[in-house]
Amino acid sequence: MPSLSYLLARLLQIIPTFLLVMIFIFLLVRLLPGDPAIAMAEAKATDAQLEQIRHNLGLDQPLPIQFLVFVKNTLTGDLGRSIMLKAPVTEIILARLPTTVFLALYSVLLAISLAGPLAFLAASRVNGPVDVAIRSVFQVGLSMPVFYIGLVLLTVLAAQLRWFPVGGYGTGFLDNLHHLILPALSVALYTSAIILRNLRASLIEVLDADYVQFARAKGLSRRIVMTRHVLRNALVSTVTLLGLSIGNLMSGTLVTETVFAVPGVGRLMLEAIFARDYPLIQGLTLTFAVLVSVVFLLTDIVQSWLDPRLRQS
Amino acid sequence: MSIVVQSPIRKAGRVRAFLGRAFLRPSFVIGFAILALSIALALFPGMFAPYDPLAFDLSAIQQGPSLAHPFGTDNFGRDVLSRVIWAYRVDMQMAFFATIFALLIGMTIGAFVGYYGGIADTIFGRCVDAIITFPFLVLVIAIVAVLGPGLVNMYVAITAVNWVYYARLTRAEIMAQKANDYAAAGRVLGYSDRRIIFRHLLPNAISPIIVYWMTDMALAILLGSSLGYLGLGAQPPAAEWGVLIAEGRNFLLTAWWMSLMPGIAIVLTGLGFSLVGDALADLLRPKGR
Amino acid sequence: MNQLEKETVLDVRHLRTEFGLPERPLVAVDDVSFQVRAGEILGLVGESGSGKSITLRSILGIVRPRGRVGGEILWKGRDLVPLDEGALRRVRGREIAMIFQEPMSSLNPLLTVGLQISENLAAHTDLDGKARKARAIELLDMVGIPAARNRLGDYPHEFSGGMRQRVMIAIALASNPKLLLADEPTTALDVTIQDQILRLIQALSRDLGMAVILVTHDMGVVAETCDRVAVMYGGRLCETGPTADVIGDARHPYSLGLLRSIPRDVAPRTPLYSIPGAPPSLNALPAGCAFTARCPVAGPECRDVRPSLEAIGRLRQVACHHREEALVHFSAREAAQ
Repeated sequence: MPSLSYLLARLLQIIPTFLLVMIFIFLLVRLLPGDPAIAMAEAKATDAQLEQIRHNLGLDQPLPIQFLVFVKNTLTGDLGRSIMLKAPVTEIILARLPTTVFLALYSVLLAISLAGPLAFLAASRVNGPVDVAIRSVFQVGLSMPVFYIGLVLLTVLAAQLRWFPVGGYGTGFLDNLHHLILPALSVALYTSAIILRNLRASLIEVLDADYVQFARAKGLSRRIVMTRHVLRNALVSTVTLLGLSIGNLMSGTLVTETVFAVPGVGRLMLEAIFARDYPLIQGLTLTFAVLVSVVFLLTDIVQSWLDPRLRQS
Repeated sequence: MSIVVQSPIRKAGRVRAFLGRAFLRPSFVIGFAILALSIALALFPGMFAPYDPLAFDLSAIQQGPSLAHPFGTDNFGRDVLSRVIWAYRVDMQMAFFATIFALLIGMTIGAFVGYYGGIADTIFGRCVDAIITFPFLVLVIAIVAVLGPGLVNMYVAITAVNWVYYARLTRAEIMAQKANDYAAAGRVLGYSDRRIIFRHLLPNAISPIIVYWMTDMALAILLGSSLGYLGLGAQPPAAEWGVLIAEGRNFLLTAWWMSLMPGIAIVLTGLGFSLVGDALADLLRPKGR
Repeated sequence: MNQLEKETVLDVRHLRTEFGLPERPLVAVDDVSFQVRAGEILGLVGESGSGKSITLRSILGIVRPRGRVGGEILWKGRDLVPLDEGALRRVRGREIAMIFQEPMSSLNPLLTVGLQISENLAAHTDLDGKARKARAIELLDMVGIPAARNRLGDYPHEFSGGMRQRVMIAIALASNPKLLLADEPTTALDVTIQDQILRLIQALSRDLGMAVILVTHDMGVVAETCDRVAVMYGGRLCETGPTADVIGDARHPYSLGLLRSIPRDVAPRTPLYSIPGAPPSLNALPAGCAFTARCPVAGPECRDVRPSLEAIGRLRQVACHHREEALVHFSAREAAQ
C-alpha cells in the first residue's frame, strides 16, 4: 500500500493545478462583454438585485480580490443561483450528479467487460485472423461518434424493437440499470476501442517478457502465469490509460445524456449554455474538473498500489 | 579541412522509397484512398453531387433510398446524398482548421519548453495539468458558451484546448533529440539556439507529431460533428454531417436515412485518417527504438 | 569418484529444433548430441545465433516462437520430447531449472522476491506457508544474500545487479532440481561480479550434486568453471571434450579461432585476431559444414558434405574434414606471433 506521505504529497501536488483551474473558470465569465452582474442575473432583475449580485461577487473590488471572493464562495459551497432554474447552483448540481456518476461507472464497467477478454484473445493470437478481425471491428468503433452510436441504438433497440426505454432514468436501481444500458453502451463502445488498443499492446509486450519466460521455466501452471504475472503487469499501464480516458468518458456522457434525455449534469450543461445561465455553467465546469481530478488521484493510488516501483516519490 | 555537421534529415530519394513501402500496406492504401476521395469531394462537390443541396422539392419529401435518390430525401425534399457530399467541404475544413493551429502553436511552445526547460517547463507542466483536468468537450463547450456558437468560434475553442497535446508531444521529442550528439555539435559550432531548434532538432522530431496530427484530424471530425449535432458548431442551414444528423433526429423511425447516411460519411472519413495515421506510425517508427 | 563413473543424467540425442514453415524450416539446432553427468558442469560455447540458448529452451520445451523439437532428450532415462505441457511443467523447476541472462527483466518487477521463491515451492512441494518462508530464507542465505530474513519482502529493483542474479538462482533452485540450465548468467554483469556468480554456481553444483549446463560466448568463463565443453556453430556441434583438452589442444578451426581471439602474451600494437566474417543466418546454411565460409582451411568438399562428430582419443569428438590442416595453420600463426 502506498504510504500516507505519498498520498499527502499527491494531494499537495493537486493544489497549484486546481488554482489554475479556478483562475480559468473565474475568467471564463469575466471574458463576456458587458457587465458580469447582468450576465449572472435573471432577465428582469431589479437594480437592487443587480447591486446585491455585484456585492456578492465583489465586483466593486479589484480583480484579485474578486478572485479570492470567488474561491471563498466556492469552498463554502456557494456557487450562485441558477437563472434558468431559480435555485442555488450547488443544490441543482448535487441533485443530478449521482445520475451522471452512475452512468459513467456503468459505461466503464461495460467497456472493460467488452475490451478485456477480447484484448486477451487478440494478444494471445497476435497477427492471426482473430486478432486482425478484432482490431478491425474496434478500429471502426473508434471512428463512430458517441452521439451517432447512441442514435443507432436508440432507433433500433428502443424505438423499433422496444427492448429498452427511449430515455430517462427510471426509479429504483434495477429500473435505472434498464434505462441506462443504451446510453452507457454508446459511451462504452467508444471507450472500449481505446482500452482494447492499449491493453492488447500491453499484453503482447508482457507475454513476450523475460519474467514470463522465467515463470514458465519454473513450472508454474498456466493459470498462475496468466493471472499473477501477465495480467497484473499488463494492467499497470491500462489503469493509467483508463484514468486518462475519464475526460473522454465524461465528454461522452454529456453527449449521450442529450441523446437519451437522461437527467444528469451533462445534459444540464447544454441546457445551461443555450439559456446563457452563466452561474450554472460556471458551477458545472467546476464540477467536471473536480470529478476528473478525483479520478486522476484514484488511478494514481491504484497504480502505485499495483507497481511498487512507483512508490518512491 | 572543414567539419560539416550533418543532422540526420531525410533526403528526397528516401521519401520516394518511403512511399514505396507505404503503398505495400493494405491499411495505408485503403486509408489513402478514402482520404483522396474525401479531399476530392471537399474540393469539387459540385462535380459529384447530383442535386443542388439547398433545393427544396416538396413533391419528394422523405422518400427512402432509391435510384433517383441513393440516400433518400429529407423533410424538405432535399437530396440527402448531395447534402452529404457538400458537407464534405465543411467537415474536411473542420478537420484541418481545428487542428493545424493547435499543431503550430503547440509545436512552437513545446519546442521552446523542451529545449530550455527550467521554470518555463514547470509552468508549462502546471498549465497542461490544469487543462487536461477538464473533459475536452466540456472545456470546448464552455468556451463556445462564452464566445457564442459558430464555426470560427469552434476552431478557436478547440485550438485553445488542443494545443497542449501537441506541445507535450513536441516537448518530449525535443528533449530526446537534444540528448543526441548532433545537437551538442551544433552548440559547439556556435549555432544560435533558434537555429538548432528549428533547423536541426524539430525536423527530426516531426514524425510522431505528423502521426498524431492524423489521428487528431479524425478526432476533430468526431468533435466537430458532435458540436454540430448539439447546435454549437456549424449552424443550419449549412450542410455539416452533425447538423444533418440533428435534422433527422425527429424522423428516426420514419426517415431513418436522414440521420444514418451522414453518420456513415463520418465513420468512413474518420477511418481514412486513422488508418493512414496508424500506418504512418508503423512506417515512421525508428528502427531499434 | 572420477568423472567416468558418475552416472549420466541427461542424454541428448540428435536434438533438432526448427521454426517456420515445415517445407522450408529454419533449423536453429541441428543434430546436436551430448551427455551430462551428475554434478558435472558442461559449457556450451558459441557466438550469438549459434543455437546454444535454443538448445537449452528445447530441453525444457519453452521454445519461442513456436518451434518444433525433434530427437530424444533423455532425462534420467525418460524422454522429454513427447511429453505434453502438463507433464513438462512437473519437470520444470522441480527437476530441471533454468536461469536467464538479464536478471532485471527476468524477475517480475511487481512481486516481492519472497513471493517469487514461494510460488516455485507452492507449485512443486507440499510445504505450507511458514515452511515455505523458512525455506526461502534458507535459499537466500545459500546464494549469499546478506540479512536474508529481512529481504523477503523486497522487490527486484531494490537489489543490485549481482544480487538480483543471486536471487534468480535462489528462485530456480527452490525445489532442489538436479540440473541447472544457465543461459549466459554473467553476460549482463560487471566483470567483478561475474566471478562471484560463477564461483557460486560452482559451489552449488558441488554441494548439491547438481549438474549444470552453462551457456556462454566467453571461452574464459568456460576455462574457469566447466568440466566439459561443447562448441557450437550455426546450430551444430563442432567439438566436444574435457575443458582442459579442448582449450589446451583444440582441433576444430572454429574452436581454434575462438581461442586465438583471446590475446595472450602479444607484443604491443599487434593487430588482434578475430575470425573474419559473421555468423550465418539460419536460412543461408550450406548443406555441408556451417563454418565453411569463414574457415581458413576449408576444402572443396566442406561446402557439400557435413562432417560428422568423430571421436579422437577418449571423450573427445570433433566434426571437421580438415583437422590436421587446421592444427598446422593455427600453430604457424602462433609461432609467427
